[in-house]
Amino acid sequence: MTRYVMAIDLRRCVGCQTCTAACKNANATPPGVQWRRVLDIESGEFPDVRRSFVPISCMHCDEPPCEEVCPTTATKKRADGLVTIDYDTCIGCANCVMACPYEARSIVHEAKFAYGDTPIKSEAVRFDAARISVSMKCTFCVDRIDEAARTGQVPGRDPDVTPACVNSCISGAMSFGDLDDPTSNVSRLLAETQSFRMHEELGTGPGVYYIWDKG
Amino acid sequence: MKAKTLKAGERIGPRQQHHWDWRAASNFIAGGAGGGLLAFAALASLAGIDVRALLLGGMALIGAGLTCVWFEIGKPWRALNVYRHLATSWMTREAAVAPLVFGCGALALLTGHSLFVLLTGVFGAAFVYAQARILSADKGIPAWRHPRCRPMLVATGFAEGAALVAVASPFVMTSAAGQLGVAAVTLGLLLVRVLAWRSYLAGLRADGAPEGSLRALAAVDGPFLKFGNLLAAALLLLAALGAPLAGLALIPAGLLAVGGGWLVKYTLVRRAAFTQGFALPHLPVRGRGPAGAAVKPGWGGAN
Repeated sequence: MTRYVMAIDLRRCVGCQTCTAACKNANATPPGVQWRRVLDIESGEFPDVRRSFVPISCMHCDEPPCEEVCPTTATKKRADGLVTIDYDTCIGCANCVMACPYEARSIVHEAKFAYGDTPIKSEAVRFDAARISVSMKCTFCVDRIDEAARTGQVPGRDPDVTPACVNSCISGAMSFGDLDDPTSNVSRLLAETQSFRMHEELGTGPGVYYIWDKG
Repeated sequence: MKAKTLKAGERIGPRQQHHWDWRAASNFIAGGAGGGLLAFAALASLAGIDVRALLLGGMALIGAGLTCVWFEIGKPWRALNVYRHLATSWMTREAAVAPLVFGCGALALLTGHSLFVLLTGVFGAAFVYAQARILSADKGIPAWRHPRCRPMLVATGFAEGAALVAVASPFVMTSAAGQLGVAAVTLGLLLVRVLAWRSYLAGLRADGAPEGSLRALAAVDGPFLKFGNLLAAALLLLAALGAPLAGLALIPAGLLAVGGGWLVKYTLVRRAAFTQGFALPHLPVRGRGPAGAAVKPGWGGAN
């Protein structure tokens, strides 16, 4: 089996938001919508104040609550663990938005572009009218992963078939790959370090692992 | 337009959901009351009362709620897709119960047959239950997914249904005994509703919930208890004791009880619906030294 996951080393993330920008460029998300964003968390009290950067997106859960509540079957989990949305089936009821504990889903009801009514070049190329008034979210750049099956490349190793955010990360904080393959970079990385998954107590089985310390 | 000032910590803690507005809330408000009304109209029919007007009212409420939610969805002309996920989606199941309600209700109105009246009541109760399950399945909203939210919503729907029967009882039943029965049942359901509500609030506080949810629910706690339940209960007692014009006391009593339930549901869907927010059980270790304490901004209660 294949289970695509992402590992994010919080010790390396510098909060530069390059992954956010790469995602916006790759997916032409409208203003106000970020499939990938980086939280900037300040915690503690002086003098022990900490600052943590936490990239977040759809977690592509093992047990996606969004899939369970979706009344239309528009949201589905694939065999490789990716959670997808069929834009032609979704009715935009937002039940999945309420079900997602990671605030990963958005719905916009009108076409919006970064600089007014006219799309810039990258937006014009990638604009998808089917995404208006339906639910949308991070896809782990599913089109690239599907391309891997055709080209024989390996997601997470070959940049052409790896999510844009992972490719863009300047500090190498993000890794992507098959958790069920013990030789994949994510498997090895997670075996060597200590990690957690966000809101694991909810039983969703998120597919994004946050590395916080050495093994 | 002036750019919004970004504050530290913004978009990290729980945020009030903005996707379901008053139209979605109306479905829970009207649909729950309508389903409850159908259930208690069916019960009243066992006493030989002509409940056709009540059935019509219940169906109208459910229809109004569904119409509101139809205007809310992003792609209304694909609405029939809602029937595609009966296996796990309570929204599908709610939608599947609706035609049964209207079909049996129409047959009950046309034929007056008791079987159809009772079936309409059963499907009305199922509609109330399905609505409660819709909210409790939404894991992203802690105030909804709390295990005590579901019984509270069911109790509210049934109490509203009985209260609506109370409002109608001076018009549809002439016997004092019948009105006494309605007053007693409504009184009992108000008690159940108050217990479920207080248990829900206590559970949220004990188990932890977003501070915004706790604040919003606390804000309606007083008015709900005083007007929606205590005052309503006093008027119901007045009716039960058989004071002069006692039957008429059922009308304001029922309206107050229904209004209280609607206030709670509106608050739950709109004002108290805060998202989970984000949390870190371990802060990242940088260089030497231990990880910092866990972070969970914006949460109140024990958690």
